[in-house]
Amino acid sequence: MPRDIAILDGPAEAALPRGRRNYARRYAWFVVPAAVVVVAVILFPWLFTLYVSAFDWHLGSERRWVGLENYVRLFTDARFGWAVLRTLLYTVLAVVAPMVLGLAAALCFHRRFPLRGLARTVFILPMMATPVAVALVWTMMFHPQLGVLNWLLTQVGLPPSMWVYSAETVIPTLVMVEVWHWTPLVMLLILGGLASLPTDPYEAAKIDGASPWQAFRHITLPLLAPFIVVALIIRTIDALKAFDTIYVITQGGPGQASETINIFLYLQAFAFYNVGYASAVVVVFFAIIMVLAALLLWTRQRVKVT
Amino acid sequence: MNGITRREALRAGAAALAAPALVERANAQSAFDWRRFRGERIEVTVQLSPRGQFLQQNNKEFEDLTGIRVGLEVVPEQQHRQKIIVEYASGRPSFDVTEISLHVNKRQVGKARWNTDIKALLDDPALTAPDFDFADYGEGMVTYATQADGRLDSCPAGADYFILYYNKELFAAKNVEVPKTWDEMYEAAKRLADPSKQVYGHVGRGLKNANVVLWSSYLLGTSQRDMIDANRQLITDTPDAVWAGETYKKFLRDVSPPGSIGFNWNECQTTFMQGRAAMWVDGIGFAAPLEDARRSRVAGKVGYAVVPRGPGSHHCALFGAGYAIPEASRRKGPAWFYIQWALGKANQLKWLTSGAGVPARSSPFRNEEAIGQSHFPRDFFQTLEASARIARAGLPEIVPVTQFRDVIGTALTNTISGADVAAELKRATAEFRPILEQSERET
Repeated sequence: MPRDIAILDGPAEAALPRGRRNYARRYAWFVVPAAVVVVAVILFPWLFTLYVSAFDWHLGSERRWVGLENYVRLFTDARFGWAVLRTLLYTVLAVVAPMVLGLAAALCFHRRFPLRGLARTVFILPMMATPVAVALVWTMMFHPQLGVLNWLLTQVGLPPSMWVYSAETVIPTLVMVEVWHWTPLVMLLILGGLASLPTDPYEAAKIDGASPWQAFRHITLPLLAPFIVVALIIRTIDALKAFDTIYVITQGGPGQASETINIFLYLQAFAFYNVGYASAVVVVFFAIIMVLAALLLWTRQRVKVT
Repeated sequence: MNGITRREALRAGAAALAAPALVERANAQSAFDWRRFRGERIEVTVQLSPRGQFLQQNNKEFEDLTGIRVGLEVVPEQQHRQKIIVEYASGRPSFDVTEISLHVNKRQVGKARWNTDIKALLDDPALTAPDFDFADYGEGMVTYATQADGRLDSCPAGADYFILYYNKELFAAKNVEVPKTWDEMYEAAKRLADPSKQVYGHVGRGLKNANVVLWSSYLLGTSQRDMIDANRQLITDTPDAVWAGETYKKFLRDVSPPGSIGFNWNECQTTFMQGRAAMWVDGIGFAAPLEDARRSRVAGKVGYAVVPRGPGSHHCALFGAGYAIPEASRRKGPAWFYIQWALGKANQLKWLTSGAGVPARSSPFRNEEAIGQSHFPRDFFQTLEASARIARAGLPEIVPVTQFRDVIGTALTNTISGADVAAELKRATAEFRPILEQSERET
């Protein structure tokens, strides 16, 4: 290939040793389209949001410079504090439950049994559905008097539940929808990991007399760790940014019982048109996500090293 | 004998030949020129509702009449309100005509002067068809659409009154009279309930924000009536406001289905449609789905009545919509033509008789023949007429009205869970007061 490179680089540069040729300057222009897109759709909106967060600005009114006042207000706003706590609670539940169930389902579907392919297909069907459509269907099923879920409960002798129509049960119920929707994704990721595991350690463990549990605990889990961490990162980001399902089913209610940061942000920006304050929420939420993402990436690196 | 000269005969002949053209020209001057803007194109955005669908279905009629092409966008109510405000704020809205929810956005768009004052258009005979007849609009609706500074920046389109829907079958089974006061209604709801069949005496909005209009329906029955006073100060924790809150609490807590705390109008509608609730106080627009036999188990069994009287006065909550032309539009003439067609007498009559909505004009209500042919019962139209006489704004005319609904609505929702009404309203009033004061200062 040295001959081809010499033709592309031109005679003067081709005469130089390969290590001293300046490729960067020549090909820098190829980066420009991507750089323009990044600046236009990521960097500029981000900087503009930061700028707007320093204003008291309601749509239709004059903007007024307030500096860090929006941030000060945010950290003393009890409603925002509760929204952060609810978001964390929702995220923990909506990550842990699908992870546990997804791992169990992957182990189950990794074994050979009749109609395994069909069963796998059926299992991943919820993941294919549009979140808003899913939310609308669940809303109908949750209706305390006319919903099918309470009818099913009464058929087996259990008392009806208030589901999303009670402040006490709304978060667990919303998590239930999330689990139904996204457990298949975790299962698929871990199933991919299981398929790539070597068989030698299992044969050695069998010769050493290890029990199935010991094989799972000391071989399967450590080898699956990188896949589990990837699933964990994806689920955490998904759960943190959950909006559509919650908004369609409860709009943050009853009262403010399911008002997460995203719902709070949406209300400030698009219901109250409080653009400056909403921008401050975005900045703080971004910081929270960055911290969590850094934590997860650090975990991933450690798992890799191990 | 004076015979006709050759010159006179030629003149007469020329006059006879020219006559049709002269007559046509004279007619053109007296008849309104609907095709003045033919070839132009306008963008229209309206809310998803039976009215919006009606315009969508009949769009071609306007295009054929005027030669103006229309890009019509129909967006769900809540998203529509957000979309137009964001577009207005951009300075270059994409639409030339938009629907405005007067009870939500009126003061906001008025303060920003985003819309054209249509008075100048109304006064221009070249732009306003003689049969548009603005005097046909009810005075109440024109006042409702007029801004505080006297600008009429939207053309009144329709009204929405809160009325009482009741299940005639359930009432007859227990021999209950249609209630005349809120207290009578509460007692009737207790009598009509049949928990063994999961039938409840009442159903109503419990979801925060949506529920404020039910509470304001009770408040309109007090001597205080309003939510802000003449000095534009908040009065939502007064004894009358607390009475309205207590009434709301007892209706939603004692005689409504469990889970009402999360009910918006759609859950209420489903419950009532399935025959599981005897009474429901909500907007007039739900008559159409309730009378749809394909979807409703109570079709033909629904009774209509004005909302009951309170201890101090008798009003029903009024909400409304108008059609507006953005100040930034470059096609105000064609846009005004569209509004004249959409809100003309013929279309407003069709709105009424098809149950698509309550027209802002008064002439449809006088058309006995058309009303007689409608599939809606007589008491529906009688309720409409009676409600129009006692209608009063169901929400305060302030810029942060959505935030008002959110804060007060949360307090009301908390009362359904058992919280003290006076304490909740006091807390909510204290929370919202600085928001209102800041908004009023900016105004």
